[in-house]
Amino acid sequence: MNTGYAIHIRNLVKKFGDFTAVDNISFDVRKGEIFGFLGANGAGKTTAMRILCGLSRPTSGSGTVAGFDIRKEQEKIKRHIGYMSQKFSLYPDLTVRENIRLFGGIYGLKDREIHEKTEAMLDMLEIRDAGNRFAAELPLGWKQRLSFSIALIHSPQIVFLDEPTGGVDPETRRRFWELIYDTAEHGTTIFVTTHYMDEAEYCDRVSIMVDGRIAAMDSPAGLKESLAARDMDEVFRIVAGRAVREE
Amino acid sequence: MGVIEINGVSKSYGQLKALSDISLEVGQGEIFGLIGPDGAGKTTLFRIMTTLMLPDAGSGSICGLDIVRDYSRIRRIIGYMPGRFSLYQDLTVKENLDYFATLFGTTVSSSYGTIREIYSQIEPFRDRRAGKLSGGMKQKLALCCALVHKPAVLFLDEPTTGVDAVSRKDFWTMLSRIRESGVSVFVSTPYMDEASMCDRLAMIRDGKIIGTGTPAGIVSGYPYRLLAVEGKRMYPMLKILRVAEGVISCFSFGNSHHLAYDPAKTGKEALLKTMHAAGFDDCSVREIVPGIEDCFMQLAGK
Repeated sequence: MNTGYAIHIRNLVKKFGDFTAVDNISFDVRKGEIFGFLGANGAGKTTAMRILCGLSRPTSGSGTVAGFDIRKEQEKIKRHIGYMSQKFSLYPDLTVRENIRLFGGIYGLKDREIHEKTEAMLDMLEIRDAGNRFAAELPLGWKQRLSFSIALIHSPQIVFLDEPTGGVDPETRRRFWELIYDTAEHGTTIFVTTHYMDEAEYCDRVSIMVDGRIAAMDSPAGLKESLAARDMDEVFRIVAGRAVREE
Repeated sequence: MGVIEINGVSKSYGQLKALSDISLEVGQGEIFGLIGPDGAGKTTLFRIMTTLMLPDAGSGSICGLDIVRDYSRIRRIIGYMPGRFSLYQDLTVKENLDYFATLFGTTVSSSYGTIREIYSQIEPFRDRRAGKLSGGMKQKLALCCALVHKPAVLFLDEPTTGVDAVSRKDFWTMLSRIRESGVSVFVSTPYMDEASMCDRLAMIRDGKIIGTGTPAGIVSGYPYRLLAVEGKRMYPMLKILRVAEGVISCFSFGNSHHLAYDPAKTGKEALLKTMHAAGFDDCSVREIVPGIEDCFMQLAGK
């Protein structure tokens, strides 16, 4: 087991028939790091992320996530990571308390732990009065913060955030990143995808996938300097603009 | 008279007030942007303007036709691209296009001039089923289908949501070409950086229009002075700046924090001093012009 890294990936390949979705990528994410995983639509991000989350097996290559083997210990990976996506994270027709209870149960928490976590979460998110409301009724910003807290319910050492801020209010989006920072300060590793290039600036390091490969990987400052770009938007356009393959 | 006129439109779904007293006007050949987050009421307004839903109150017209009484005539002169991919997944590119042309009593060849530029990019895939196209290609096909009957007004509901930064730029380039042919474009987006591509825009939040005008006009209405603050440890810095004397608001904007302040109470020098005292020696502070996102946040916070 590699103790310094939350993610350690070597020569990862995933093929679907003749199509190579992920083409020999290698990278490490340090513990406690905020790592931005960027790429154009169709660059292979989702495929790579599914492997990292233990939902798909690589065609070849090796690596560990949270210390578990991506080929042999997929079930352990699933139990030890957190995952949140803007598209789906909460059951709309369950109440806030029921959602917390369901996910707590799925991750094997004891009743007493679930009870304690529920109370702590309602206080921390300042949504105590909304505990018995259906998730569907919550404002988007609340839903987002609740999904994030639920993704952390089993205290995973790494959490995957798949476009967590799509379509939300500019202020809500920023408040959410402050929550990410607070979480990272406590040592949780953050692996995040986004289409907002200002958010790429908030990561410790980012990788940019193009045509199944990692075309660039560095800190935002390092990337801007090496490409003589003003901001990450320009970095992304330079790097992702080199894509040749059809989405 | 405007190509689109909306006066005092309201709509509720049960207890939820989706739109409150919306009024706006769009001129001929204008790109008009409706900018706001998810759940602000954008799609409801689209559905009312495209005659797919009745308003509870208020009135409106498209090219002088009433959005309630003249619904069938309006449907013939507008193009509508809904937020979700709306084409027939199991028809090919060419079949989808032929189908929409036939619905509107026209043919692809008679309107080829209008769609040529966009269609040429998907023509190599004309025999592929729409469901098998990539996201960018689907978007181009949907745009062709919305344009095939040469509409006077084009309604695009979040055409760039979930699309990467490179493809978003390409899409807006296509829109400016469409405008050159005299078509008015009404387009919604949650991305604030797309505002500068519009001739005029309205910012919408919680069913209300919180600001409207040209991008430059909106920026000039920003009521505070604004600074960009940069440094090494950005997040710890944010927490200190936010509670400093005379600071009205402070949020991260990519590689800097944007800080609105009251010049009677603080300024560049005073803030630098505060930061130095807190151990941030590497700070830089400069006066900046606000962007649309700054304006949106200020208006939304009122």
